Amino acid sequence: MGESIVLSAVREPQTQAPPVESTPARVKTADVRLVGVTKRFDDVVAVDDLSLEIERGSFFALLGPSGCGKTTTLRMIGGFEQPTEGEIFLGDREVSGLPSYKRDVNTVFQSYALFPHLSVLENVAFGLRRRGVKGKDVQTRVRDMLRIVGLEGLEGRRPRQLSGGQQQRVALARALVNRPRVLLLDEPLGALDLKLRKQMQLELKGIQHEVGITFIHVTHDQEEAMTMADRIAVMNAGRIEQLGTPTELYETPQTAYVAGFLGVSNLIAGTVAGPDRVRLHGGPEVRVPPAALAGRSGEVAVGIRPEKIDLSGEHENRIDGRVVESAYIGVATQYVVETPCGRLIVYSQNTQPGSGPSARDHATTLSWNPESTFVVNSMEEEPK
Amino acid sequence: MSAIAVSAARRSQDLAAAWAFVRRHVLTVYAMLGFAYLMLPIGFVIAFSFNHPQGRFNYVWNGFTFDNWKHWDGVPGLRSALVLSIEIGLLASLLATALGTLIALALVRYRFRARGATNILIFLPLSTPEIVLGASLLTLFGNRQISNVIQLGFWTILIAHVMFCISFAVVTIKARLIGFDRHLEEAAMDLGANEWATFTKVTLPLIAPAILASMLLCFAVSVDDFVVTYFNAGPRVTFPVFVWNSARVGAPPQVNVIGSVIFIVAVTGMVANVLVQIRRQRSAATV
Ligand SMILES: Nc1ncnc2c1ncn2[C@@H]1O[C@H](COP(=O)(O)OP(=O)(O)O)[C@@H](O)[C@H]1O
Ligand SMILES: [Mg+2]
Repeated sequence: MGESIVLSAVREPQTQAPPVESTPARVKTADVRLVGVTKRFDDVVAVDDLSLEIERGSFFALLGPSGCGKTTTLRMIGGFEQPTEGEIFLGDREVSGLPSYKRDVNTVFQSYALFPHLSVLENVAFGLRRRGVKGKDVQTRVRDMLRIVGLEGLEGRRPRQLSGGQQQRVALARALVNRPRVLLLDEPLGALDLKLRKQMQLELKGIQHEVGITFIHVTHDQEEAMTMADRIAVMNAGRIEQLGTPTELYETPQTAYVAGFLGVSNLIAGTVAGPDRVRLHGGPEVRVPPAALAGRSGEVAVGIRPEKIDLSGEHENRIDGRVVESAYIGVATQYVVETPCGRLIVYSQNTQPGSGPSARDHATTLSWNPESTFVVNSMEEEPK
Repeated sequence: MSAIAVSAARRSQDLAAAWAFVRRHVLTVYAMLGFAYLMLPIGFVIAFSFNHPQGRFNYVWNGFTFDNWKHWDGVPGLRSALVLSIEIGLLASLLATALGTLIALALVRYRFRARGATNILIFLPLSTPEIVLGASLLTLFGNRQISNVIQLGFWTILIAHVMFCISFAVVTIKARLIGFDRHLEEAAMDLGANEWATFTKVTLPLIAPAILASMLLCFAVSVDDFVVTYFNAGPRVTFPVFVWNSARVGAPPQVNVIGSVIFIVAVTGMVANVLVQIRRQRSAATV
């Protein structure tokens, strides 16, 4: 389990001539495939040689900070922008160059982009009518879809007479009613308040299960991506930094950037000292899974998530320290521990009342399981 | 002594009350005076449309009559002048708005080489004195080569009117397009509408108010124009030209009748518009 290395996002453009272990079944069911896609706006490279495969029926998230090229990637799949270089496949069909109305893809825009001059019913029916669905069929399908998104009885309203959450649902219904091959969502929950956003995250996931359509979801919110997506591509400066399941990304991030973007992590600089050993700078030698080391040598950085560190010395990897800060946050207590390798953050779950040292300056030994350790190239979040 | 004090206090109270009254109503009085200043000439126009003038000049009140309204086209040439003005107005507003919509779309949506220059050029007819515009157009139409093809008359008036109306149309429609959410058109195409369907189903309905406003504005500007028209009308007589011609020899009260009708139509239109707006706001608020 520990040795499953996260698939590199960047595949070779040619999927032909498959070696034995390459899984042709996966390639066949890829709903969306980007091959070496680059998008330049004048001198800005918004998307940089990006390759990507998205499985049919999956919930896929593009995650990254503002300006990293998520929207541009989505817009190229939707047909609103054409790639400067590279190819985009929907199923087996190469679609780059096709306008959006010739692609079997629908979009939920961040601003919703509901037609203000049309009723909810006509908004949702818009796509069906364009495709020549007639009379009764339109009514039935629109009403079915409004029921799925929980908007029965609002058919006659205009968009401006709806709340933000309701507008969001209309936008979703308007896209889904066409039963596209792929649904694109650009920060669809960005305009909603926190409580509604949490609720919609679960609802969206439920709807995706119900309709079985491939969802590609753009967000800068790591929690949102992890809550909803089966697979996540973490983007940085127009490239995919790492692609994998939420667990893979969290447990075995491949770069300091990914480790820092998804949750909190402690990174300690060190030097490789053996096939499964790293000597921490200024500190002891620790054991790491050989798979995590993945043949690296020289300078690396070792990462441990705060909740994986114990305040008692019962695990194999140990380091002495002194508590300098502690904060009780309900389910856990957060400690800042000064060690020879720098300050580490530790989350200790409050399973028993009053457990854990509360005094500052308390001397302690931190320990963690080697299996919970990951390794990245360096401490720097190189924007490459 | 106390009585004096009381009466003094009362007097100062009265003064304060009077001052408060003035302060409260000075704005109202001022507004009414301003309104009267604006309305007085119009009031005269309407009043004198019911006059029964003694001579050729309709300047002295002589007696009330409905005759002018009953025989509104009793003056030779008035009816044809009015018809010509309306024809030109309708055609010019239609053409100018159609062209103006396309120009506005190009200016707002696309970046092209002469975009900046076009933007300035569009404003030129608005900022050029009409007398210059009219004279230079006459120079153009008077040119031998051109006057061989097109003589001063209906078509030259129309061309001139379309020219200065385009500016108004572009300005009106551009304002609406700048506030237009481009994602709406992308959403339409996303849902399977091609360029034409997107234009007719989404863009056009959403800019329709601006198009209507542009037509009304162009019509008003065209019907009202005298200077440019006078230069380029040749033998044709529009309503403003007719009024000018007859004013020199004595304007008939029928001119006032037409003026009153134009005023009433305009005011009715405005009131209707305001009522529609109020109703819309109410219907939006009741949800
Ligand atoms: N139409 C455009 N013209 C010029 N630059 C653009 C355009 N669209 C996006 N960009 C640039 O491309 C980069 C990526 O933008 P975007 O895809 O919107 O990022 P994200 O959605 O991840 O925030 C940004 O630097 C942005 O300024
Ligand atoms: Mg974005």
